[in-house]
Amino acid sequence: MDAWSRFLDTFFKWELIERYFPAILDGMAVTIEIAAAVVVTGILLGLVLAILRTFRIRPLSALIVIFADMLRALPPLVLVLIVFFGLPNVGIYLPSFAVLWIVLAGVLAAFAEEIFWAGILSIPKGQWEAARSTGIGFITTLTHIVLPQAVRLTVAPLTNRTLAITKNTALGMVIGVSEILGQATTGQSFAGNATPLTMGAIAYVILFIPVVVLGRWLETRFRWRRA
Amino acid sequence: MEALFQQFFNVSIMTRALPLVLTGLWQTLLLCLVVIPLGLVGGLLVALTSLAPSRAVRWTAAAAIDFFRAIPPLVLLMFVYAGLPFAGIRLSPLAAVAIAFLLNNSSYYGEIYRAGIESVGRGQWDAARSTGLKAHQALAYVVLPQALRNVLPDLISNTVEVVKLTSLASVVALPELLYSADMARSITFNTSPVVLAAAIYLVMLWPIVRLVSRLERRLAS
Repeated sequence: MDAWSRFLDTFFKWELIERYFPAILDGMAVTIEIAAAVVVTGILLGLVLAILRTFRIRPLSALIVIFADMLRALPPLVLVLIVFFGLPNVGIYLPSFAVLWIVLAGVLAAFAEEIFWAGILSIPKGQWEAARSTGIGFITTLTHIVLPQAVRLTVAPLTNRTLAITKNTALGMVIGVSEILGQATTGQSFAGNATPLTMGAIAYVILFIPVVVLGRWLETRFRWRRA
Repeated sequence: MEALFQQFFNVSIMTRALPLVLTGLWQTLLLCLVVIPLGLVGGLLVALTSLAPSRAVRWTAAAAIDFFRAIPPLVLLMFVYAGLPFAGIRLSPLAAVAIAFLLNNSSYYGEIYRAGIESVGRGQWDAARSTGLKAHQALAYVVLPQALRNVLPDLISNTVEVVKLTSLASVVALPELLYSADMARSITFNTSPVVLAAAIYLVMLWPIVRLVSRLERRLAS
């Protein structure tokens, strides 16, 4: 057998592609479901936390900062293991996909809060004062004047950060979530061949390349300019 | 509440696990000494490639960067560690981690360097060249120092991400911080050793996370 067909036989074996295609598709569905749940809850929670900080209630803001700092400093896999192995021992039983979802949503919320807060801070104080002096209430100023401008600045960094955190759904493999990587490693050890892993990698590229390209496009649109 | 403390903050178990966890910490630090310089140098090469004069080279670089940013690092690691042996390439956990992270981190660092270099005006480059500096001198003495200053917060925060990423090495049984802590957990049936590891990560990374937030705010204002 020449080198090329040996390469194909190791990474792209046709009969294995056929056999594991359904499993990888199932994995993609699971990955998409968890990713969607993480993105929606994580970003919403992050936005809520950033808004709560605008009220400038000291103890509350301090708690939010501590939450955001801790979840930004800790490796997600550490959190996954603590929640997954720790909670059952105190009588709380969560399915493994829920563990993955809660942890990643928390991590995304922490990063999103920081990004939204930076966006809110970047709006000049004059915008607040002008709005308030025309008689608009605090909440309306926030939702109609400050946030629309702030969110615009956050689009590019938020997209890239969301992608980086959503990719961590692959950590589900470690706690037995049957997402793409879980299916691929199971297939690989059953088949004794690397083909399922190749398929898994391709599945991730298909899912995430559009987001990477979107992030790149957003970055050039909102490019950082020197004054 | 008592059960919660017993399970997560059990001091006597943490004390017993400490020696093992500390050997893991040592491995994590060594691992950082391998993967951070590799990523920083690889990233610079990637950035220079993605700014090459030839359009074909630029597009190839962009495609490679996007490809490696779309694949989760753990998938890359599993592919290198568990997939390549089928092709007769058997790597140690350390080598597998180094290769997988080099591919992943160079893409991320590369994009940061590129943004930095692009933020330096073209005139700086032209002026440097017109004073007789060679291309590599103009890059090293004029463009890069300004570029790096502009993207310093991004470089530091990406390095924090790289340190966090080293915890993935536990999946391929490299005995670093998380791996040792998790081993202690499975022996004691208690989560406290992993909480101890989390505390060590916090001590290492929290100050840097704070610093980055400050730097970003200063650059923004």
